[in-house]
Amino acid sequence: MTTALAAKPDGQASIEVDVVDAGLSFAGRLIFQNVSLTLRSGEWTALLGPSGVGKTSLLRLIAGLPEDGGVTTGTVRASDGQPLAGRIAYMAQRDLLLPWLSIIDNVLIGHRLRHYRTGVEDRQKALHLLDQVGLAVRAQDRPAALSGGMRQRVALARTLMEDRPLVLMDEPFSALDAVTRFRLQETAARLLSGRTVLLVTHDPSEALRLADRIALLAGAPVQLTDAGRLPDVATPRPLDAPGMAERAAGLLQQLALQDATSQDIRASAEMGLA
Amino acid sequence: MRQALRLFTIAVGLLLIWQCVVWISGVPKFILPGPVRVAEALIAQFTVIAPHAGITAMEIVLGLLCGTVLGGISAISLILYAPLRQWLMPVLIASQALPVFALAPLLTLWFGYGLMSKVAMAVLIIYFPVTAAFYDGLRRIDPGWLDMARVMAGPNGLPRRSILLCIRLPAALPAFGSGLRVATAVAPIGAVVGEWVGSSAGLGYLMLHANGRMQTDLMFAALLVLAVMALGLYALVDHGLRMVTNWQPENGYA
Ligand SMILES: Nc1ncnc2c1ncn2[C@@H]1O[C@H](COP(=O)(O)OP(=O)(O)OP(=O)(O)O)[C@@H](O)[C@H]1O
Ligand SMILES: [Mg+2]
Repeated sequence: MTTALAAKPDGQASIEVDVVDAGLSFAGRLIFQNVSLTLRSGEWTALLGPSGVGKTSLLRLIAGLPEDGGVTTGTVRASDGQPLAGRIAYMAQRDLLLPWLSIIDNVLIGHRLRHYRTGVEDRQKALHLLDQVGLAVRAQDRPAALSGGMRQRVALARTLMEDRPLVLMDEPFSALDAVTRFRLQETAARLLSGRTVLLVTHDPSEALRLADRIALLAGAPVQLTDAGRLPDVATPRPLDAPGMAERAAGLLQQLALQDATSQDIRASAEMGLA
Repeated sequence: MRQALRLFTIAVGLLLIWQCVVWISGVPKFILPGPVRVAEALIAQFTVIAPHAGITAMEIVLGLLCGTVLGGISAISLILYAPLRQWLMPVLIASQALPVFALAPLLTLWFGYGLMSKVAMAVLIIYFPVTAAFYDGLRRIDPGWLDMARVMAGPNGLPRRSILLCIRLPAALPAFGSGLRVATAVAPIGAVVGEWVGSSAGLGYLMLHANGRMQTDLMFAALLVLAVMALGLYALVDHGLRMVTNWQPENGYA
């Protein structure tokens, strides 16, 4: 297999990243505060939490992206002391393919942005990555000609093309049907193994399948807790591995218990009764 | 093919109605000549009409080119330089409150009776729709694309203009296209109005004079030539724009 080529970030060693005392508020409304998290070198960390808790915001904070109208605090440090800028690949929930570019040019967009021109080697590498996600034959098509799952695979190839030591993924598979999601999780695990990855998800079984560690972001006030030891199986863990179903159920319950929105609903229901 | 047939049917139908109105109402031919008379005038006076048509066509094309280039440059400058945006935007919008046609006599005074004043008139009415549509397109970019580009930057950031060239410009092409389509539709109006106010050549001039001498059939013939020219130009521009923005989904359903 050719996985070895994709598995190691050529040129750059994988890095450990420390997020210290991260906080975010919008117009005085506090979203989260004092959140500290370590992304261990070469491991997948899953950030699990209910909707609206601030997972995307935390990811953007690490990526150095500004929040419109938000005030952020805290520091993000790489273990080697070098700045993180230029060492992050970011895969958003939407595929963000540019509709006027062919699939292969979309995979090459990072190179285009940085150098305008793309060399033969870059194209070969892009084609190789497209081959890895099973889309080499569609390289010249436009994104509009692809299904949602295919588009997300192109986005994965584009993320890999960036070849960065830290990969941030924001619910990259949540818009997909169950079978496509299952396959793509496997592909991503294979192609991104050995990198430092932060995967945001609200799906406990996805976190259990892919992550070496799970961090829970939940509660009111919002807190970050470690989910503890995970089943002792290599990732991507099969869903029927021993202990998986129980852990998934447990995580889901934990999330539901701490879900801020459900508390809001309960509170308003009580007010209605009174 | 079916669309061409439909257009042909519409044209023939309208001509028939026109001829019927002339027959039934019996209006004198200097008030409303029938299509047959107009066709006769067109053939008989073709050597008179053609040079005037050439001049008007030149004015329209030059006006369209200058207006589009100016509008394009303005929109890009507005996107690139925030202070310019704050100072120029109010001026641009206020300028739209002026009835541009009222400026036509001034333009003639400044630029003379020749080509220049008509080109200037066309530029004046084209400039705003092109600038506004293009600027809007450049501004309304999916913020997700900009975030993606920001993360993709190397340690030293992205080279100057790379987001503009790789993302903003292509993304704004459809919006630019709709501005250019409007401009193409109104450019002939600018040129003809310019000619009415003061000129010694052009279809507008010809029509004015034919009208004054009760040569209504000649006037209609000139009008017909103007309409064909305007439609042809529009079709050309539309086709070109479709070629450049062929990735746009609605093309398939148009
Ligand atoms: N521009 C904004 N102005 C005000 N509040 C905002 C703004 N953007 C986000 N928020 C708030 O910040 C909180 C965190 O949002 P975020 O998008 O990070 O949630 P999330 O955990 O990613 O949720 P989901 O799983 O639904 O994507 C939300 O409660 C949201 O209401
Ligand atoms: Mg989110």
